[in-house]
Amino acid sequence: MGYHWNWGVFLARVPSGETSYLGWMLSGLETTLALSLSASIIALVMGSVMGVLRTVPNRWLSGIAALYVEVFRNIPLLVQLFIWYFVLPELLPSGIGNAYKQMHPLLQQFAAAMVCLGLFTGARVCEQVRSGINSLPRGQKYAGLALGFTLPQTYRYVLLPMAFRIIVPPLTSEFLNIFKNSAVASTIGLLELAAQGRQLVDYTAQPYESFIAVTLTFMLLNAVIMGLMHRLEAKTRVPGYIGGGT
Amino acid sequence: MISIRNVSKHYGSFQVLADCRAEVEKGEVIVVCGPSGSGKSTLIKCVNGLEPFQDGEIVVNGISVGDPKTDLSKLRAQVGMVFQNFELFPHMSITDNLAIAQIKVLGRSREEAVGRGLKLLERVGLSAQAEKFPGQLSGGQQQRVAIARALSMDPICMLFDEPTSALDPEMVKEVLDVMVGLAEEGMTMMVVTHEMGFARRVANRVIFMDQGRIVEDAAKEAFFGTPRSERAQQFLSKILQH
Repeated sequence: MGYHWNWGVFLARVPSGETSYLGWMLSGLETTLALSLSASIIALVMGSVMGVLRTVPNRWLSGIAALYVEVFRNIPLLVQLFIWYFVLPELLPSGIGNAYKQMHPLLQQFAAAMVCLGLFTGARVCEQVRSGINSLPRGQKYAGLALGFTLPQTYRYVLLPMAFRIIVPPLTSEFLNIFKNSAVASTIGLLELAAQGRQLVDYTAQPYESFIAVTLTFMLLNAVIMGLMHRLEAKTRVPGYIGGGT
Repeated sequence: MISIRNVSKHYGSFQVLADCRAEVEKGEVIVVCGPSGSGKSTLIKCVNGLEPFQDGEIVVNGISVGDPKTDLSKLRAQVGMVFQNFELFPHMSITDNLAIAQIKVLGRSREEAVGRGLKLLERVGLSAQAEKFPGQLSGGQQQRVAIARALSMDPICMLFDEPTSALDPEMVKEVLDVMVGLAEEGMTMMVVTHEMGFARRVANRVIFMDQGRIVEDAAKEAFFGTPRSERAQQFLSKILQH
């Protein structure tokens, strides 16, 4: 097909000369990692809190959590990102809005993408936490309360430790999704891995090398996450426990 | 000790409990029986506030369960409860199952809590299982641990909700033996069960429920001799036939 393969392109200097194209890719990987990990933390915290609220016997609290899920699950990720990045700063009180706009552009992009990905995935984690809690026998909650635990203590010591163990597999796929979805941030100009890949194409006209490298890096990242989550699952496995129950 | 006064409960229009009245004195063993759906499990869960009720009053050791001002956690810490499906915490070792509420609720030191737990484990004959997890024990063993766990809180009375119904027949006896021992020591007990042998042996009184009502509340001898209500007679003739 007449394509001129050139794997050496990664070692070539970029036009500004400050680094190689490999340097661009590595800085993209760094951004992808930082974005995905920070968004994962937001997703886990938000998802856990909201997931618990969805199961508490209080209509207001569970209603708030249900609303959160509906809003963040039903709007496309890309649209959410544009809202966070382009629309919300205009709606904020001028003090905060201006402070945001005066941040380094890279920080603005990163902050918007982090909050967006975190809250979007949090809504999905919320549903998993809820289903994990609901999959436990009702008697577990009764048993906790009957021993004199308050409701928060019952969640802390009885329900959540089992619920989280049960949802490790679906949580794994959410973490994988965060890494993959982080590529969306390239649409607001954040130079994460996929964006660096495209930039490399723009400058060198070597699309195959570039996107093969991007693809393999994402696959490798996900393999690492899967490996880590498997280890977590094995480490927290409960001796003699055989799922579900009555 | 436990005073149930005109308690009614309904889900929508469905009446689960209707005007239930009963008294349990200190040291008494009361057996509650009746056909399934008669409300006996619901009634016993109302005693420690696990199930809310709309009308009437339940007073445990001078504290009103239905009163919104009552600190239910504090009350429940004094009332032991044993469930049909054991409900041990599967992610904790037997030792931790026995110790956790003593530490987190009663504020005992870990050392004290484990000591107390292991003593009770010995009492139910399971010292060798201390380091195992609930899923590694048989049903009968789990239920004995559950009884020990409830006792570790030094309860003023014990509630049993069909403690042997989920057990294989050969494990029923080991659990009933523990319960008989408790009864003979003078523990105040309210027991929902169909084990009429247990009732005959240690119960002071038998309460018979049907369709959310307490149909009969009689001394053991009277109940097994000649139950007054026709419904209780029918029930007894059915379960005692074999």
